[in-house]
Amino acid sequence: MTSLVSDTRVVFSRELRPVIRDPFSVIFSMIQPLFFLALFAPLLPGESSLQWFVPGIVVMSCLFGSSMTGSNLLFEMQTGSHERMLVTPLRRPALLIGRALKEIVPMVAQAALIVVVCIPFGFELHLGGAVLGLLILAGFCIGLGALSYTLALASKNKEWLFWTVQQTLLFPLLLLAGVLLPIDNGPGWLRALSHFNPMTYVVNAERALFSGDVLTRGTVEGVIAAAGMALLGLFVGVRAMQRSD
Amino acid sequence: MMIETRELTKQFKDVRAVDGINLTVARGELVALLGPNGAGKSTTLRMLTTLIPPTAGNASVGGFDVVRQQREVRLRIGYIGQGNGAGHSQRGRDELVSQGRAYGMRVRPARERANELVDSLGLGDVADRTVSTLSGGQRRRLDIAMGLIHSPELLFLDEPSTGLDPQNRANLQEHILRLREARETTIVLTTHYLDEADSMAERVIVIDHGRIIADDTPQRLKAKHVGDHVILGFTAEHDAISAARTLHAERHGTEVRVTAEDGPQQAPKLLDDLSAAGLAVSSIEVTRPTLDDVFLTLTGRSLREGRAEETVEV
Repeated sequence: MTSLVSDTRVVFSRELRPVIRDPFSVIFSMIQPLFFLALFAPLLPGESSLQWFVPGIVVMSCLFGSSMTGSNLLFEMQTGSHERMLVTPLRRPALLIGRALKEIVPMVAQAALIVVVCIPFGFELHLGGAVLGLLILAGFCIGLGALSYTLALASKNKEWLFWTVQQTLLFPLLLLAGVLLPIDNGPGWLRALSHFNPMTYVVNAERALFSGDVLTRGTVEGVIAAAGMALLGLFVGVRAMQRSD
Repeated sequence: MMIETRELTKQFKDVRAVDGINLTVARGELVALLGPNGAGKSTTLRMLTTLIPPTAGNASVGGFDVVRQQREVRLRIGYIGQGNGAGHSQRGRDELVSQGRAYGMRVRPARERANELVDSLGLGDVADRTVSTLSGGQRRRLDIAMGLIHSPELLFLDEPSTGLDPQNRANLQEHILRLREARETTIVLTTHYLDEADSMAERVIVIDHGRIIADDTPQRLKAKHVGDHVILGFTAEHDAISAARTLHAERHGTEVRVTAEDGPQQAPKLLDDLSAAGLAVSSIEVTRPTLDDVFLTLTGRSLREGRAEETVEV
């Protein structure tokens, strides 16, 4: 007999299969954050700038990847394979959850790649904290991916809508989270805005955790922000998937 | 009954796409829904396959209600939509296996069944390639394989041969007919190709403006609504005039046109009557109607013309 769990596993492994069959496609998409590391990090002042910058770039690569992932669904809505899956007995929530869970895999691979590349340049890895950091980031990715799929479902027959919304939100989220430059010295209104960005808390938590500070208020805030994103994304996404036709 | 609908209706914002359809399909039937684009064929199919809920009326498929028992319906049907079932970034064989898994098959039986279908649909050379690299005909055959992975008792095909060249169309029709013979699968397909409905289906349901306007075998539809024509040629016009009077038929110049339910059988009798009246026939031709003639008689429009001003099916 099938269950929500086994259905989710079917969807998850289907999503992952092209990645396993052709890992090069993923490696290629990982190159972008490396540009930021190579061409932006050297501009930052201070000796420990890499230690500060790398966790943010890990979150950024997760933001870029997961927010775009809905385009895969959008494409499958156009070609017909989404419709085909809607007619199978797969439970509708599984169609969304399986896809959203898959986001964890490229995220972890990308984080590992970034860290490995940075270690020779003086980046210090605190493994325990980093693992906890990736768990938090996993929640963030699931939520973001689920929201991206929701946006894809809402953009049926309106592909422009997906890309307009995704591109419009991408940079405000990134800049207000203080990924590229610290927010702390910015004007009050900008700091206030950044408090409303869940990604801010995730980035702060990642910075603390990657440096080995596990038991901080930032960690707790990061867990709450990531879990909140995951729950919100899955809730909205499952509802959208249940109404999909 | 495999399918039973009562007053099945679908209202989109300002269009009534399906307008009170009553339809029964028995186990093992091969039925074609024929009509111009926008007639409501696909919308009917989408309701029967649980993709969209009806606005009014109800439908049961395999004995299960399409709204309240969606899972039961989905387990029993195969659906081959207008698009490609297999994801373009996937490999064909992988998609077949995961489709089998979606129906609750275990990995090994799903893989065996996938291999079986790959062989029987002649996809051996391309099944392990990325779907986006396959030709239109290959992709369509893969779609058929996807729809069959769980050996459904009832198979829906929405415009299966649209976009295929004549050779691939013939090939596809052959596969569908073979499947039917091998497994006695009930098949419901929509088409706007007249010859497809004519050559494949034992039962043609003509749909126009969301309503069923005729429902019978292609032969009976043609005999009932149009009939055959026997066209008799004469060398002299006065012979044609006398012949038209004898046979109570219409005349165009030296040609006399007789409408008959069964032209080939009627023709020798006509010749006998004419030779008894001393009239010499110089040529004889029997024309049989197409389903387009049936549609024309029923609606005053040609299915072929209708396609020029086609609207997008919702």
